[in-house]
Parts: sequence; structure tokens; C-alpha cells
Amino acid sequence: MNPYIANTQNDVAEMLKTIGVKNIDGLFVDIRKDQRPRSFDLPAGKSEMEVVQHITRLAAKNAHDLTLFIGGGYYDHYIPAAVNALISRGEFYTAYTPYQPECAQGTLQALYEYQSSICTLTEMDVANASLYDGGTALYEAALMAIRVTGRHKILMDGGVSPIYRKILRSYTINLNIEFVETPVAHGQSDRAEINKLIDDKTAAVILQNPNFFGAIDDHSDIIATAHKFGALAIESVYPISLGILKTPGEMGADIVTGEGQSLGLPLNFGGPYLGFMATRKEFIRKMPGRIVGQTTDLNGRRCFVNTLQAREQHIRREKATSNICTNVSLCALQALIYMTLLGKEGLKELAQLNLDKAEFAKKNLEKIKGVHVKRSAPTFNEFTVYLPKDANAVVEAMVKKGFAAGFPLGRYYKGMENYLTIAVTEKRTQEEIVQFTKSLEEVLWN
Amino acid sequence: MELIFEKSVTGRRGVRAPQSDVPVKAEIPRQYRRAKDSKLPEVSELDAVRHFTTLSQRNFSVDTNFYPLGSCTMKYNPKFTESLARLPGFMDLHPLLPQLPHGEKLTQGALEVLYEMDQILCEITGMDAFTMQPLAGAHGELTGVMMMAAYHKSKGNKKKYIIIPDSAHGTNPASAAIAGYETISIPSNDQGGMDVDKLKEKLNDEVAGLMITCPSTLGIFNSEISEISEMVHAVDGIMYCDGANLNAVLGRCRPGDLGFDVMHINTHKTFTTTHGGGGPGAGPVGVTEKLLKFLPISRVMKRKSGAFYLDYNFADSIGYVASFYGNFALLLRAYAYILMLGKEGLIETSNHAVLNANYVMQRLKKYFLLRYDRICMHEAVFSAAWQAEKGVHATDIAKFLIDQGMHPPTVYFPLTVKESIMIEPTETESKQILDQFVDVMVQAAALAERHPETFKDLPKTTPITRPDEVKAARDLDTNYFLQRSIVAAGELNPLPSKI
Repeated sequence: MNPYIANTQNDVAEMLKTIGVKNIDGLFVDIRKDQRPRSFDLPAGKSEMEVVQHITRLAAKNAHDLTLFIGGGYYDHYIPAAVNALISRGEFYTAYTPYQPECAQGTLQALYEYQSSICTLTEMDVANASLYDGGTALYEAALMAIRVTGRHKILMDGGVSPIYRKILRSYTINLNIEFVETPVAHGQSDRAEINKLIDDKTAAVILQNPNFFGAIDDHSDIIATAHKFGALAIESVYPISLGILKTPGEMGADIVTGEGQSLGLPLNFGGPYLGFMATRKEFIRKMPGRIVGQTTDLNGRRCFVNTLQAREQHIRREKATSNICTNVSLCALQALIYMTLLGKEGLKELAQLNLDKAEFAKKNLEKIKGVHVKRSAPTFNEFTVYLPKDANAVVEAMVKKGFAAGFPLGRYYKGMENYLTIAVTEKRTQEEIVQFTKSLEEVLWN
Repeated sequence: MELIFEKSVTGRRGVRAPQSDVPVKAEIPRQYRRAKDSKLPEVSELDAVRHFTTLSQRNFSVDTNFYPLGSCTMKYNPKFTESLARLPGFMDLHPLLPQLPHGEKLTQGALEVLYEMDQILCEITGMDAFTMQPLAGAHGELTGVMMMAAYHKSKGNKKKYIIIPDSAHGTNPASAAIAGYETISIPSNDQGGMDVDKLKEKLNDEVAGLMITCPSTLGIFNSEISEISEMVHAVDGIMYCDGANLNAVLGRCRPGDLGFDVMHINTHKTFTTTHGGGGPGAGPVGVTEKLLKFLPISRVMKRKSGAFYLDYNFADSIGYVASFYGNFALLLRAYAYILMLGKEGLIETSNHAVLNANYVMQRLKKYFLLRYDRICMHEAVFSAAWQAEKGVHATDIAKFLIDQGMHPPTVYFPLTVKESIMIEPTETESKQILDQFVDVMVQAAALAERHPETFKDLPKTTPITRPDEVKAARDLDTNYFLQRSIVAAGELNPLPSKI
């Protein structure tokens, strides 16, 4: 018997007797003979130790020890030990969706605090209790804009993550939605093109800051234009950058989404991550996902509950604002703890440190012959460089020197085969940046 | 209890930012800068640790309480899977690495986990291939329905409807609707199964497929499922299996053998990955040959050399459904769990899940109305209808259980059973625990009979009792800072902050 089953032979015998069947097979009589498995050929069980050894061997086959100068929306930030210690409490991670508020105030209050933290970070009115990841959050935002406006055309800035754009396209292929992509001009959103294409059929303009090339923008003017046409502005943001960057709230955005991985979540080979979403208070009833609200109990005490559940699938079924049920509560908690430990000063300092290190890296890299750092727009901790050689070949050679050197843009942008985006977080030391520069020079010119 | 923001004291730090070791102090042009600082709290590390530890203690959890939440499968989460998920070789692995030129070489271990999971899940379910990408069960449903749509499009079929039994999870109709289909609901028959005559009436050439939970959310295995599959296939419909309850039938039957074309699995149910207070989950989706070419990209493949790689080259694929390769850290936990249990362990798992549910059902049926009096699968669905006659509702019984230190079963779902109480003990609980639970439920029934009024102000042992949900929805307060700004403007009375 495996260690996760507690019933003994005696227990089983007594229980079968109570039920009134002879043996366990008697409990499966509804499954007819012809419905039994044609095959169930699986290996025999192993001990915990053997499985740990096997999986530890698999872990060792991954090059996790590369020094990461790669970002693309997913960043190598330091995670304070207290984050893991706290989310490792069984009371958090072995609980379920807070359907019974009396015995789930821990999760509920934490989600309220998380929503509030996202709101102050983005300077928006209301946030939900999380969505799966940054990409799916953006797709939910697009659908939300369609619900709010009753329109079906979406303008999407070319600087939005190409991965996100692919997700949006595959999800909406069966829906009556027109996607129009606008190019990027000198690194930033192309105002002329957006002004030309926006009209009174447009549900939303989707923007990203910093964009996939790392460029920072102030989208206030585009957002004002969108509003003039009765369209919404959706802004996808990188939360750490908001320690210093102009917030989507200040720019007037209507829906804000983003990838919360950088808020204390490990890279985890792609998940679980955290999709966050915030909006203006007038749109709260159109927002997908769970929302926690503050209220009082029978005795007037402060407490927290899932609220506005009438938007959700378990009540509204086919008329729900989204099909989402399980979201990523534990990841939201993780982000909350991270934001709490940093605090308002810590977040600012961290953002500044990322900026400084990236600028230091730029200065070093542009000393290499033939390497041009794109400086048409300011950047945060990620930037684009032009290389005198194909970026793919360069990145491959850099791996041999111990670096994940960046993301070659040619994969998603035709004609940009010589371009590379490079991310520099607070974890990169001066020494690593100098060594990175040296290695890149060797790869290019030796 | 105070909020973390109310514990904030200017100047405190939970973590010290590293000193800059680069000789650069950069500045971003004012136009791009944030005007006002955020209001994130300023607390010491101990303040934070104490705050969140205290919060954790206000939760019931599997680690601390019996948690028979029907349909959610709150079984024990083995600790070794937690520590494996934190191996740096996986935890620190950047998801874009395999997308670099020849980058697959950098992530062979991770790709092997995904590939092996695909193989194992195929054998467990009888499907032909799996995608690991969907990030939760509902996300898997949507992925499955999108493949269904792609299939019909490729055949030039004009399909409009998806049929769904009325006992289904709300995610089924919501997923179908979001993928662009209209839904048709079919009532349950008096045995809790789907009414096949009603199904026959509704089946026609415009039906894209049937989404059905097997075994059902009523804890029943519908023996007619093979025949239902044939009927749906006869109009070129796709059979979708909501695999939420796969944990009941491991080694007893496989959706692929029952005629299903596509299914999702909730790893947090059957394969005991953590529930996390409401996620993250993972919802791998399996298909048979019929839908194989529509699977999302990327797919993990194996070369003759034994090396693994990501293949994006499938012309008919529905495309990207997630940013990467699924909730990897959850899939890894599931993989470890399956390897440890092996064939016999998986079968035992279902055996004991079903045994425990039937035992509770048998012992409680004198005290609570059993809507369908027959052998059940992994969960037993009762109704508090007898108690409701005395004014004691399912929710009151739930609150009574909380005072006894037990998490209540699912109440008011499935919607087809009035005052439903849906009990799923799971295989990881012992007979002794089940006996204690039964005793408490019997006590509740007795109390409802004699002193129904005592339920009204329960629970009494928890930090709060009976939140005012109407007020929560009416005086919406979902953001501490917004609420405060409204208070400052004198529009709202401040909420009491003391518990």
C-alpha cells in the first residue's frame, strides 16, 4: 500500500461490510466489462527516494546555471527567503478556493491586500484576484473591452510581446474580432499609424510598456485619442518597472494587465506565473476573474469575501464574463509577500538599480566594434542591440561561454535577424557585465 | 485583523536593496517617470512574517483539517513533490531558453518531464497525445473546444451548438460560449445520468459536440456513455470528457476506450498537485488521432537519438494557448507523484477514494436525503432537504462542521440537487476520520431536528462569522486605497478595523 492511503485491511473489510458489497470490485459495477481499459501498462511504483534521485538527475540535465541576460517579459530577479518560507505554509498551499469565508479569512484577506497592492502599483481603482499569466490576462482584457464597448475591432501595437499577440490570435479565431497590428516607429508606438487606423468601431488599443524591445513610452496621447473615439486603452506592464516609470493610471489607461512573475516568482520554465488585471471602478462588473471585497460579519467585525460572483461561471454559466475558475491564488500571495517586503522605498530602489545596471551594460556593449545599442527611446532594464552578425549564431556561441546572452528578435520579427534584446536585472554584478561584454567581443571578432 | 497597510511605519524595511556596484546613476526623462510613489507598506521582515503567518492560521487546509470538498478532490499533497519543484535545475530555468538556436540542448531534463507526462497520461486515459499547456482545468476545456471548432472547420461542417448536461461544472458552458458556441442543456434522469431520450431529441447536424463529466459531478458513472458516444459520433460530433473526476476510475476505465475524442485532466485533483487557496492548477488536454493535428504548439517531441525538442511545425494547429509549456512546476509534481505510485498505486488510489465515499454515503443515508440511492464513485451527493423543512439549510450544516474543525463539503453544487451537500473524502483519509465526520454529521441532523434555531449564529469558533455578502456587493470595497479615498471625501463610513 502506498503511504498516502491510511485504510488498513481491517478497515477495508469493515467498510465493505457496512456498504454491503463483497469486495472493492463490487463498487465498480457500473463500469461494464466492455468498458474496462484496453491497456493500463504503467511501471511499478517506486520509493520516494528513488523518485527524488531520478528527478534530481533530470534537473541536472538543464542549463540553469547560465548567467541570464535574457528577459523577454520574464526576469531573473532575486527572491527574498521569507517569500518561500511563507508560501510554503501548508495552511496556504493546501487550502482551496475560499468558498467558506469563515475558514478562509487568511486567503481572502491576503487576496484583498494583493488587489490593493496591484492598484497602488498601477494607480488603478480596482484589481481582480489574479488570472493565469500575462498572456492570457491580456486576452481576457481584450474580451472585456469588447464587452464594455460592444465593438469588435482591436488595434494592437507591434511592441506588444509577440507571444501575447499569438495567444490573442489563436483564442479569437472563432470569434467575430478584427485585429489590426500597428508597427513600431523608432522603438516606440507609431502614433501616425494608430491615428490612421483608429475609428468609432475600435473596441480597444493594446499597448505595452516597456515594449518587447525594452523601449519606454508615455502613452497618454494615444490613450486620449482612443477615448476620443470611444475606445478603451489596454496597457500591459512590467510591474518592477513601475517603481519608477509613469503608471498606466497616470496615462489614463482603462484596463491594465501584466505578467507578475517578476514579483517574487521563480522562472519555473514557464509557470506557474501570475496574470494581474486592474481597471477603472466603473468597469468592475465587466472584469473577469475572482474579486475579493471587504465587508462586516454578523457582529460587525471586518472580514473579506468573494464578491460580485454573479459575473462568474459557477453562477452565470454560459453568460459569465470568463470561463476562469481556478486562478493562481498562491502566486498572488507570493507577489503580495514580495511587494510587502520591498515596500514603497524598496521597489523604487530596486527599479533604479535595474535601470543603472542596464545603462552600465549599454555603455560597455557599445564600445564593441560594430555593436549598436538602440537609443532612439529610453529603456528600463532591457534594451535592443544591433550586432554585426546574425544574433542566433552569436547567442549560440555565448552559451558556450556561460551566458544566455539575450533573445534574438529574428524569431518573431522578420528582418531583425541581427538584433538582440538584452536584459540586465539587479542580480547581474559589475563583474558579470564586464565579462559578458568581453565574451561578446570575442564571439564577434575572434 | 489589521491589514498589512495599517501596520506600515515610514522608514521600515522588509528587505534591504543591494548596494549598486556599477558606476552609473541613470535618470529617466521626467515625462516617463512616475509622479507619486506607490503606497506599498513599509514593514520589517518580522512584521511581514508574523502578519502572513497569522493570516495562514485563519485558513482551514488539508494539512490541518479534514477537507471533504466535493468535486475539488482535496487529497493530501505529498511533501516530496514540493521539494522537487524547488530544485534549482527546474526553478531557475528560463522559459525562453529552448527557443534559442539549439536551445533544446539547454533544457533536456525539463523537456523529458513533459514528454514523459504526455506518454504516461496517454496510457492512463487511452488518448493518443496530450498538450501540457493549459494552465487550469477550465483553460483545458477552452483548448479542447477550440480544437473541436478547428476539426469542424477543417471538414467544412456547419456547427452551432454544444450539448452539456445540467449537472456540469459552470466552466463547461462558459468555455463553450467563449469559444463561440451556443449551449444546449440536457436534464438528468431519475438515476442521475443524462437523459438519453432528451439527448436524442436535441442531436442534429448542427451539434458540434457533447461536453460531459465522466464520472459525473453527481458521483455517478454513466454506463450508457459508450452508446452516447456512438450517437454523438453519428452526427460527426466530438465527445469531450471533463476529466475532473478521473481520480475515481484510474485503471477501471479510460475515456479513450469509451469513445471520447478529447479530454482535460485537473492535475490538482487526480494527481494531487497543490490547490494553493485557488490555484495555480494545470489542465493537460488529451486527444485521439482524430484531433491530433489541431493540438496547440509547441509540442514536445523525441528524436531518434533520444533527444527532446520543441516542434512548432504543425500547419493545422490551433496555435498558442499559453505563453509557454504549461504550469511546469505543477506538472513536475504530478509526474513525481505518478512515478511514485506506479500502476498499482494509481489503482489503489481510485479504489480507496470510491470506498471512502461509499462508506460515508452508506452511514449517512439514514440522516440525510440521498438523492440517488446507488453505489457512488468518488463522491456522495446528499441533500439537506429534510433539515431545510426545519429551517436548517445546507449552509447552516456547513457552518456547524466548521465549529467541529472540519471543512464543509461542497454545498449548493451540483445545481440539479436542491440543498446539495457533496462529500468527497478522498483516498488519503482513514476510516477513523470518516467515522468522526459521520458522527458530527449525525449530530448536526439531530440538532436540526430538535434545536434548529441554534444554527443561525454559527460558526462560533472562527475569527469571523457569517459575512454580510449583500453589503460586500453593494458597498463595493476591493481596494484599501480607494476605500480610504472615498472615506476621506466623506462618502462612506469607515469600516471598523478591529476584529
